[in-house]
Amino acid sequence: MDLEKLRQKLIAAAKATPPSDHVPYAFEKRIMARLAAPLTMDVWAVWGRWLWRAVAPCMSVMAALGVWVLATMPPADSESQNLEQAIESTLLSSDDVAGE
Amino acid sequence: MEPSDTELIAAVRKGEVEKFETLITRYQPRVFATARRYARREDEVQDIVQEVFIKAFQKLDSFRAEAPFEHWLMRMAVRTCYDFLRSHQRNRETTLTDLSDLEVDWLERFAAGPEDNSKNTDAARTLVERVMAQLSPEARLVITLLEIEDRSVKEIARLTGWSVPLVKVRAFRARAQMKKILETLTQEKYL
Repeated sequence: MDLEKLRQKLIAAAKATPPSDHVPYAFEKRIMARLAAPLTMDVWAVWGRWLWRAVAPCMSVMAALGVWVLATMPPADSESQNLEQAIESTLLSSDDVAGE
Repeated sequence: MEPSDTELIAAVRKGEVEKFETLITRYQPRVFATARRYARREDEVQDIVQEVFIKAFQKLDSFRAEAPFEHWLMRMAVRTCYDFLRSHQRNRETTLTDLSDLEVDWLERFAAGPEDNSKNTDAARTLVERVMAQLSPEARLVITLLEIEDRSVKEIARLTGWSVPLVKVRAFRARAQMKKILETLTQEKYL
């Protein structure tokens, strides 16, 4: 079957029957009423929109804080020593308290 | 004497909102006809037309009067119809198996004698609607504007906001897509 011919024939059929330009009764009044109606605000829609807008700034603040924390962190060795000392003193202090 | 579009627009911009009604009355038949090319249900058509005029009212300040108001409005109408097609893409009919007897008959007669095109244009019209509903939004828009409405590529570019090469590429793809649908239809079904 010649598909191009079929396609052209169908297009010709569509061309031969243009859509109606009928307008429902007083349709323009309906639109004017819509335009005149006071703008009702959907609080949740506004909240959602602001929430989406806040995503990018929050992410950038989080990234900046992350970089700052990593940059200002002391070297790993001293941290492990500090942690070790902190655990030891905590445990021993509780021992001391128990001994007293 | 009827006021011109420019006078009406100037009045609306000055705050005489009621003058917009004359513009609606003047152009709504054209917008309705355009919307009916893309939406089948009457409530969808009315929603599209309403959206077009509300957008036009809200964006009236951006109208520069470099081209006639009608061109500006029709560009808005075409873009609104395209948005409608994209948002209803999932609702497209996905089956071609429920052809009516008349449509089957029309196809069979075409297969028997492609030159005979005199009978039953209603069946051809419903068949083309069915095929168009299967197309992607871009393909449907470009086929409608280029082949059914006989608009030029340049005009389509202006209406849609696409570049001229893009319109050409999309037209080429749309024709191929339409042929593929017809191929499936004729292979799967009765011919």
